[in-house]
This record gives sequence, C-alpha cells and structure tokens, in this order.
Amino acid sequence: MTQNSPLQPYQASALKISSMVRSGDLAVSEVVAFYLNRTKQIADRINSHTYHQVKSVEIQTRELEKRLLAREHLPMAGVPILVKDNICTRDMPTTCASKMLENFRPPFDAHVVARLRHAGAIIFGKTNLDEFAMGSSSENSSFGPTLNPWDLTRVPGGSSGGSAAAVAADLAPVALGSDTGGSIRQPAAFCGIYGLKPTYGTVSRFGLVSYASSLDQIGPFARDICDLALVHDVISGHDPRDSTSRVLDSTNVCEELIRYEPNLNGTKIGLIKELFATGLDTSINAAIQEAADALRKLGAEIREVSIPSLKYSVSSYYLIATAEASANLARYDGIRYGHRTQEPVTSLKDLYKKSRQEGFGREVKQRIMLGTFALSSGYYDAYYGKATQARRLIAHEFNKALEEADFLLSPVAPTTAFRLGEKINDPLTMYLGDICTLGVNLAGLPALSVPCGWDKSNLPIGMQIIGRPLSEKNLLTTARAYERSVGLHLQRQPSL
Amino acid sequence: MQFEPIIGLEVHCQLATNSKLFCACSTVFGADANHQVCEVCLGMPGTLPVLNKTAVHYAIKLAIAVGGRINEQSTFARKQYFYPDLPKGYQITQFEQPYCEGGVVQVDKETRVELIRIHIEEDAGKNVHARDSSHIDYNRAGMPLVEIVSKPTIRSAAEAAAYLRSLRSLVRHLGISDGNLEEGSFRCDANVSLKPVGSSVLGTRCEIKNLNSFRYVERAINFEIERQRELIINGMPVIQQTLLFDAELGRTIPMRSKEESHDYRYFPDPDLPFLRISKERIKTITAALPELPLAMASRIAEQYTLPDHDAHLLTQDKVVAHYFEQVVLACENSVSSKIVANWVIGEVIPLASEQNWNMSNPVIPYESLAGLLKLIGIGTVSSKIAKVVFEEMVKSGENPALIVDKLGLVQVSDEGAIAKIVDQVIEENPEQVTQYLSGKDKVLGFFVGQIMRASKGKMNPGLVNSILLKKLDQRREHN
Repeated sequence: MTQNSPLQPYQASALKISSMVRSGDLAVSEVVAFYLNRTKQIADRINSHTYHQVKSVEIQTRELEKRLLAREHLPMAGVPILVKDNICTRDMPTTCASKMLENFRPPFDAHVVARLRHAGAIIFGKTNLDEFAMGSSSENSSFGPTLNPWDLTRVPGGSSGGSAAAVAADLAPVALGSDTGGSIRQPAAFCGIYGLKPTYGTVSRFGLVSYASSLDQIGPFARDICDLALVHDVISGHDPRDSTSRVLDSTNVCEELIRYEPNLNGTKIGLIKELFATGLDTSINAAIQEAADALRKLGAEIREVSIPSLKYSVSSYYLIATAEASANLARYDGIRYGHRTQEPVTSLKDLYKKSRQEGFGREVKQRIMLGTFALSSGYYDAYYGKATQARRLIAHEFNKALEEADFLLSPVAPTTAFRLGEKINDPLTMYLGDICTLGVNLAGLPALSVPCGWDKSNLPIGMQIIGRPLSEKNLLTTARAYERSVGLHLQRQPSL
Repeated sequence: MQFEPIIGLEVHCQLATNSKLFCACSTVFGADANHQVCEVCLGMPGTLPVLNKTAVHYAIKLAIAVGGRINEQSTFARKQYFYPDLPKGYQITQFEQPYCEGGVVQVDKETRVELIRIHIEEDAGKNVHARDSSHIDYNRAGMPLVEIVSKPTIRSAAEAAAYLRSLRSLVRHLGISDGNLEEGSFRCDANVSLKPVGSSVLGTRCEIKNLNSFRYVERAINFEIERQRELIINGMPVIQQTLLFDAELGRTIPMRSKEESHDYRYFPDPDLPFLRISKERIKTITAALPELPLAMASRIAEQYTLPDHDAHLLTQDKVVAHYFEQVVLACENSVSSKIVANWVIGEVIPLASEQNWNMSNPVIPYESLAGLLKLIGIGTVSSKIAKVVFEEMVKSGENPALIVDKLGLVQVSDEGAIAKIVDQVIEENPEQVTQYLSGKDKVLGFFVGQIMRASKGKMNPGLVNSILLKKLDQRREHN
C-alpha cells in the first residue's frame, strides 16, 4: 500500500481519494480493494445493500484507469459511491426493494448516475430502502430491513436507510438517496452523517423511480460537508429530460468550502418554534440548543420564528404524496415488465389484480389506496384539493420566515433511531415522526441534516438547517462553519 | 311527435410533428410493431415527459384559425385507467384548463359549428388480437393529438360530415396534420341524442366511438337517430352508453354502459409545468398563418370569376388550389379560368384521389396541363380530343404537343375537308335528312356524331356545326 494511504476505516474522504487518485498517489484498484473488503465484512450484517457485485466494480475500474491515463477531468476519480435502489442503473438491477421489480434492469442510467460516472465515480452497488421509498424506517423492503450500524436492534431511518447506514459504516465515503418527505435527512440523522435535500428542481429526477413527483428530489449522503458538496456539485444542474429541472449555472461549492474561513457574522438563524414543542426528545432539544450556541459563537444571530401551518403538513403531505403515488405506480401492471402473477387468471382485470396484489407490499398498497381515494370523484376537493391549498399556505409561511431569517433550524426528527418493529404496525405514529421534514418538501426548499450530538444511548442526533430556494452554497457554508468549530463527526464511530 | 337530433362531435387529430408528444420517437406511419418506442413512451420506471414544442406551435395555429380563446396558462393532467395499451396507467391530457376554449369552424358561408374547447393530449398504443393471443403495438403510444370538441349544435348527419370535411380541410391548410382518416390521424366520436321539436329538454345521449370515414360518420349517425327514434316512439328508454359502429352490419353496437364508465381521477400532472402561451407568441404565429380555406375560396371565386361551388372544391386542399392558380398563370389567358377550373375539378382531382397522387409533385405537373389547355385555346385540339391527350399524358408522361403530333390528333379546321365529309354523311343518310327537313332538329346530333366518327373526332366541332347546318339548309331550299 502507498505511503500515507488514507485507506483506513473512517479515514478516507471522497475528496482525498479523488485527489490522490488523480495525482497518482493512490491506485483505483487499491481503493476498490479496500471498500470491497469492507463491504464483504459488514454489508450483510447491516443489510444495507440490495445489489453488489465484484465483477461490475472491476469493469468500472478498468474503464476508469483508461480515462485516468487519458488525463480526463475527473472530480470524483475513483470514489466509490452507493446508489439508492430506486435510481436507475443500466448495468445493475433497479428493484425499489419491491417484488414488483425484483428482476427489473433499466435500459438506461439515471441522469445523476451518468453524471457520477462521467466524473469518475465508481457505482459500488445499490442500497436498500423502504419499498418505492415509502416509509421512514427501511423496514418495508422485499430484501428485509436494514439495521442501524450504531445499534443493530434499531432502524437506520428511511426511506434511504441503506445508503445512510452504509456511509455511516464506511462502506463508501458517499451515497445517493432520494428525499420525498425526509427520506435523506431523517436516515442521515439516525445514522450520524450528513444528508442534503436540494431545492426542488436542482437535481434531475430523470431515472429516479417516481414516488411523488412534485416532492421527490435526489441528494447526497456523506460523512463530511466537503464530500457532500463534491457530490452535489456533480449531480446538480439542468437536465432537458426533466421538465421540472431548473436552468442553473454549474457550481463548484466544494472548491470554495476547502478554502473557507468560518464566519457567520450577520447571519440570522431562526429556530422553528412549532418543531420544539412537546413530544420532542429532551436530549435532542438539548443538543440543538447547544448547536445554536455554537452557531451564535461563530457570529450568527439566533431568533425564534413561527410557521403555524406546519400542523397541516402531515395530512397535506400524506394526501398529495399518496395521490401522486397512486398514479405513478399504476404502470406496474404486469404487462410490459416487472412481476406478473403465475396464478391462472380469468380476465385482464384479474391479471392486474393478482399481479399487483402479489407484487406490492402492504405499505405501498395502503398508500395507493389512500391516494386513489383522495383523487376519487366526489372526494377530490375535500382531500387532494384541500391538501394543495394547505401546501401553498405552508410554502408561503416558510418563505415569510426565510425573509426574517437567512436559515431555519429545527430537529430532523422528534426521536433518535427507534427499535425495529417499534412503529411498523402503527403507521400514524410513523407518519407523525416525519413532521419536522415534510414541510421542506411541500415548500420545495433545500435542507441539510447535520450531526449535532448523541443521546444517552449513544445514538446520533441530527439538526436540520433549511435555506431559501437555491441557497445550497450558503447552506453548505454555514454547516461547514459549524463542522469546523465542533467537528462531531470525527469524535465517535459505530462499533461494528 | 317530431324529433330533432342533437349531435356533438369530438375529433382527435394527430399533429404532423416529426417526433412524439413527450419523447423523441419518430411518428412516421407504418413502421413494424414496437419499432418506434423508447423508455419514455413505454412508461418505464424513472422516465419523464418533455413536451414537444412543435406540437404546441401547431396546436396554437389551429386555435388561432378557429378564433378560440387561447389560455395564457394551461395545465396537463393525468387521466387514469388501466388498459394494456396505456403504458403509464394514465394518459397525459388537458382537463380543467385546456389551452384553447371556444372558437368556430366555418363550414360554408351559411353554416358554422361552434367549439367548446381544443386540448392537447397523447395517443395510446394499439391492442392487436390474434386468434388465441393478444399483442400490443406501442408505436402509436405518445403520438401528439389535439382533441376538438364541438358544441352539440349539429342537427343532421350530413351537417356532421360537412363539418368534419371543413375541419379536415382546415388542419391540412394549416399544415398541422395530414388529416388521414385511414391511418387514424383524423378520428371522430359522435354524441347523439334526440329531443322533441320545440322542447328544451335534452334526451339521453349515446356516444359512437372511433368513426374513421366520412361515410361511416353519416351512416352511423343516421342509424343512431333512427334507433333512438324507434325506442322513444315505442315508449322504451334510451340507455346512456358508448357504442361502436359496425360498418359491415351498418349498425351501432354497445361497447359499455354508463354504470361501467370510469372515474378517471384526473389531477394535474406534477411532471409537467404549466403550459404558458404569451400574447407575443400568438401575435407572431397569427402573422405567419397561411390563408384559410374559406378566405381562399372567396378570393379564388372573385379573382377568377368562378362559381362559389367551384372555388369551394378547388380550396379543399391548399396544394390543389395552388396547382389551379399555377395552371391559370401558365395558360397566359389562352383559355378562361373557368375552363382551367373544369379541368382541375373534373379530371385532375378525381384522378389524383384515385391514384393517390402527391399533389406537391403531381403526375401531371401544372406546366403540362397548361400546355394541353393552350392547345385547346389556340384550336389545335378540341376539348374532346384533349381528354384523349390527357389520358396519354398520364400514361406516358410525355408532353401534350408531342402526343398530339405522334398520334396525329391535330384538329381539322380546313373547311373544304370538313365539307367533304359532311356531304358524304348527308348522302349516306337520306332518311335522317328527311326527318331533319320535317322539323326534327334532334337528328343534328346524329349527324355530328357520324361526322366525328368518320374523322376520328379530329374535326373542329364549331366548324362541323356551322358547315352541317349550311349544307342541310341548302337541301331545304332545293326542295
């Protein structure tokens, strides 16, 4: 192994790997061997992966070696990245952790995957999730639940639980998730890592299997802010194949962060009053107050803001998301691809019924039913219609709060990682756990999950920093200031 | 009791874009099954629609041409139902906010049909049933359509067909659709109900789906009117249902009843932003709009002093109208424009339709037809002989003067030669001469026929007439 190799558990950052690979101080094959070995030791214990094959990694490695020789511009040269299994990859299955798509291989790469490959990253495998990204615990998976590396009796959060757990266990320095109502931020908090949910429209959804199209957004996981910025720089930007994608200049936030001197003078940060109400775990409250103090010390001005309509966010979200999902999942009918029943059928309708009954899990069926109901004639106005009104109100109040403050601060979840099975039969409690994150998706805002402490069971706590639309750079800078001054992510590691 | 039919039509017109409405797949008709598909129009997981700008441009042209109100902001919606030919489980269409509302299709100077709305939507694929298996062809899935919904103000099957013809002519004039009924790029559903004359209470309506020829539209509507009349007269209820027209049986047959009708659960498609059409854009497109059929018909009637009927026939197809105008110009006043019109309407249009000519590049180019008509104008051939030459032109593609030469068809205008034949025919038919002299003018036709036959039609008919009359009248004097 090369001298000064960063290839020790929890020592390698994506940034360091790519710069050493580019300079020739580190061979791609060494990086790959290190992470293949870790994956072999750990992945099965936490059940983080849905797909991982040495052969596919080797093919990519050889390809990359050629490109390195050709001196191509490769900002992520040799960086292993894991991809949530609802993001399409042309050389690996894309299952959405559903029996419905267990043998599905897309004939194309998602836009983000193509960008990552172009930047020199190695798609290291696909990660577990709640089926079709519907859930907050990664327990609703045809591959079985993913376990939290900090405590194997607990959930890693969801729906991007596999990506979060894998990065927390250093099976890759970075990973992709998707966030429809908190599916990046909450697992990041439960697993003690960083997660970014970008502004709606900054990252192309082309190739992301739709759950709720108006809320879905792909984003990165990392163990430090610079790595998070590195991935975000690569995957964000306009894509003509996604009509909701915004036209943006390419960013190089990562470069700027490396040289950044922490200074939050004049920055106004608002604590969202409604999200510190009763029901919040006291250790989470304490950790965030402590983080607020740290930010104050860096020059920020901390104040309280109010978003009263947040009380409608859970019902609004679960009507809009399920309504959209009921249409988005209609294509899984067993006709062209995906699961088709092997039972004898009496009619076309029967074929649909049996295929969908067998192919979808319980939570997915529940949400399809809920969404179908919300859009039914005679109920549309009272449910879907009202929910979209509430959504506009929530977005309006968020934007007003973001006039008073540059950033908003809140917990990511009211609790730390809960136990496997603890909420699986109580969907309402599970849904209510999403209260801190849903509003951000309804308003289309960018938000970060930042590790900010541990509870008394040594479980990670995360805080959420929310920014104005397209303020990713400032959001990352602020988090970087906090990271530099506190540096929590280096202090403890899960003992696996 | 007297009943009045209430008819409303929904027309699906395929826009003549090169690619589909939401992906880059080709729209060319007739490809092998499932050869014009991609991950987007197959509705694969993770794919997203991107709106075809040309399709919107074409749709705007239509909206302007019918004088519809174009909404500055309209939305795409998902219409949800399960069917194998519908890859996503929903069709992307416009529901609550279509891009165009209102508008009028002018059928002729007196008749107009008002529209409720026009909206943009994607087509579905096609189920193909074999004896013991079913197959799906997705080539048509995602084809760009406009649906044109008329008010239920049409009162007869004939009027419905006339409206459809005008609408088809309009979209072809605009160059936004080939309006091809056989290939399914122009399809029609008809809503038919009856109401007692003078009453304001509407009857129960039935919808006849997928009428793919003007003739079927008329037959289906007429059948349906009679069917409903029979039911009502016999005190039976008309059941609201969707029908298909069986052309072989010549009758409508039920497809599904109202109880089986879907709840489509329309809602705005979150994958597509609002469709915005600015006033400036409308202005620009308006300025570049071609002459519309009715305006063109009145201009042509006036400019070429033609009857309205002729002008109407000439302007059914913009390319034909253009052809007519080119022929007139090329004839350089050697024949009247009425004669040109007669030739285009009587010879060219029927032949073009029978032989499926591409009128932009017709088998008889305008110069050739003009060349032939000029020969009539200067008396080289008669109209009758000209038709023989025309047929030969179609067959051989040679130029008319050459054909006249080769076949020796030059008209005989030598009075002496004509007189000789006339004398001969008069001599051979003394009986008919007696008849003529006793006042039976009708036998003149017989003489002309005999003379023409004897000369193989080449005699100048004007001269034949005058010489024949002169010679016969001479006989009268002799008697």
